Amino acid sequence: MMELFEMMLTTSLWAAVIRIATPLIFATLGELICERAGVLNLGIEGIMTIGAMAGWLWVYQGGDLWGGIVFAAIVGMIFGFIHSMLVVYLGLSQHVSGIGITLLASSISYYAYTLLIPFSTTPPKIVPFSAFEVPILSSIPVLGQALFHQSALTYLSYILVIITFFVLYKMPIGLTIRMAGENPVANEAQGINVLLIRTGAVMVGSALMAIGGAFLTMSAFDAFYFGMINGRGWICIALVIFASWRPGKAFLGAILFALFEALQVRAQLIGADVIPYQIFSMMPYFLSILAMMLVARKAAYPKALLIPFRQGDRI
Amino acid sequence: MKKLQFSEICKSFGSVVANDNISLSLGEGEILSLLGENGAGKTTLMNILFGHYVSDNGFIEVGGQKLTPGSTKASLDAGIGMVHQHFTLADNLTVLENIILGTEPLTRLWSQKKQAYKKLQELSKRFGLVINPDARVADLTVGEKQRVEIIKALYRDASILILDEPTAVLTPQESEQLFKVLKEMVKAGLSIMFISHKLNEILEISDRIIVLRHGKVVGEVATKNASKESLAEMMVGRKVTRPAYKKLKKGKAVVELNDVCLKANEGSTSLNNIHLKIHEKEIIGLAGVAGNGQAGLASILQGLASPSSGDFRLFGESLNKYNPTFLTKSGVARIPEDRSKEGVIGEMEIWENFLGEELRTKSKSGFFIDKKQAVSNAEKLIQEYDIRCEGPFASTRLLSGGNIQKLILARSLSNNPRFIIANKPARGLDEGAISFVQQQIVNAKSKGAGVLLISEDLDEIFELSDRIAVIFGGRIQGPFDSNKVNKNQVGLMMSGEMKSDSIYEN
Repeated sequence: MMELFEMMLTTSLWAAVIRIATPLIFATLGELICERAGVLNLGIEGIMTIGAMAGWLWVYQGGDLWGGIVFAAIVGMIFGFIHSMLVVYLGLSQHVSGIGITLLASSISYYAYTLLIPFSTTPPKIVPFSAFEVPILSSIPVLGQALFHQSALTYLSYILVIITFFVLYKMPIGLTIRMAGENPVANEAQGINVLLIRTGAVMVGSALMAIGGAFLTMSAFDAFYFGMINGRGWICIALVIFASWRPGKAFLGAILFALFEALQVRAQLIGADVIPYQIFSMMPYFLSILAMMLVARKAAYPKALLIPFRQGDRI
Repeated sequence: MKKLQFSEICKSFGSVVANDNISLSLGEGEILSLLGENGAGKTTLMNILFGHYVSDNGFIEVGGQKLTPGSTKASLDAGIGMVHQHFTLADNLTVLENIILGTEPLTRLWSQKKQAYKKLQELSKRFGLVINPDARVADLTVGEKQRVEIIKALYRDASILILDEPTAVLTPQESEQLFKVLKEMVKAGLSIMFISHKLNEILEISDRIIVLRHGKVVGEVATKNASKESLAEMMVGRKVTRPAYKKLKKGKAVVELNDVCLKANEGSTSLNNIHLKIHEKEIIGLAGVAGNGQAGLASILQGLASPSSGDFRLFGESLNKYNPTFLTKSGVARIPEDRSKEGVIGEMEIWENFLGEELRTKSKSGFFIDKKQAVSNAEKLIQEYDIRCEGPFASTRLLSGGNIQKLILARSLSNNPRFIIANKPARGLDEGAISFVQQQIVNAKSKGAGVLLISEDLDEIFELSDRIAVIFGGRIQGPFDSNKVNKNQVGLMMSGEMKSDSIYEN
């Protein structure tokens, strides 16, 4: 117990927390934007996979790192666009379409990967983003090195939390996005094209998910592996609910989950002789469920989430 | 000067003609009422004006300019504001957010909320529409929500305001307040189109009345030349008589609620210490704005929910088994609030729906459906209650609202029930069907039934009831003899602004 407590004060733990949290922050923000506009995007797991694949591939083929991020975002947008065609314009089930997108996107990723690199036993590597120290801020004790000695993508995720907040709450376009998720009829009655707003939100959200995936191959690791997203997308769906659809809380939720994850890895090392390691692997998910039960029971979810909107319809 | 002109508007949906060559105009500073029954084409016409539908033929001009069809934005920009019957507000957002939505260019980086506040305050002051801009819409009363809708239109500098059944959800006092605001707006130069089927209001508020029937304009009168009777006849197409009230000597108590409480689920109102006694041969009208506990009370009386405390005596015996089948069997008839959701199963055939409530009693040896008998029974009832349909094997969902209501009445009243719970039985029906439904309830009363009539329509309550109770915030006041209270008092009690002490009796 004491060991765990001491660990909480080490820079290395918090640095790991931030590393684990970064892809979750991107993808949770992405999902949050989709859901604020009234569209559940269960394609998240697949879009993260193909984002990871696309970003890595761009760099592997000789492109530069930021080009890879842009490419991943564009690929994410394309899948977001497919999802919105199905659920926004055709009004199909958001669950079914989302799962379909996940299967399609991950399968395409794996297929493309096997086609391009058929005979490798060790996955080919790229040179990932390197850590960048922010002057002054990084000299804060313990947290300074953890928060501000990270890759540029991590800083981008911090900035995106703030931007998402300002767009949603301070800009006219954010109000229309939130209204699209609360009462699309009200949007229409004010002369706003709900279908366009929803499609835009889903595409932007999907781009963020893809960048979250790309972080894994381009910063956390340096290669693409099968199954590397490993349920992170599904965790983000839960994090959005945990966050009650608020960007700031989404950030904290991602940090909290990452803390559980980082702790369990370390706890495995300490307690592996006594307790099977699977128990530790289970802990973050178990604690997430617990946290959801405590926090999200009374969440005020967007009222029009999951409800397709057709022009001329009345509530 | 013509502010708004509809010319030869036609619109059909499949083989149904909703608007048939409608031409009408709205002058400056005028309040024009559009009167018509459900399905007369009022809403379709407004949807065309507002760009939700495109008309098959004809055009609309605003201030002499042709309006682009099929574009809500064009209508808004032309200065048309609409207060929908079902509010288009988002509960989780604030009043201000709801109002400024869509008024700013989407490319703007920063919402200018300060200026919006200022404009909002000016409008509030000018028209006497008081509202807190920072309140969450979910926390507002229905009347306040409507105020937000009106401000929303004014905020966009609308010069033409269209109100679709605006008083349907208001108490009499709130309606009065609304009328004051409307008159203020007309003075300021706005033109108003008022859509309703309530004759009293139309006569009070408008300058001119246009009557629609079956998608056509069938009459146009200046309000000063109109009377309630002539309008009703024009609207329905024939003379309509409402059932006459007759006082009967009341019998034994059929329902007694003593200190009944019900804890609220999410989204409903709890019931607090309800005392209510309903006798044979009497109709008790329960007035109240929707959402004040009517739903909970109705489900207890139908056996769908059991009270969390208190005593429910049915026909003199304390009830301890809350089970709809049992209650139906012992002589409780129900006319549910949402007739197509709770009253019938649309996908099933008519004879099946007749059988629905009596599966156990009307089956062979309690096990097999006696189809032959059920069908002949259905045929008989279809005849008796004049249900317009293709026969007992027609799918129920194809019936009109009025005919579904007749089916429900036939099913529940043909067994000579001793207690009837009628929850908004006339809601959404046209005049002909309303008078039929009300007549059936009055007939049941003279046959000996006790009736609880839940309604938001005070006219209906006062026309039919022997005694009137008011429900507000899950508490009941009264019942009072219906000749001892007036609509004004009941209206005040409905909004919780008056306690019954002054006229108390039980």
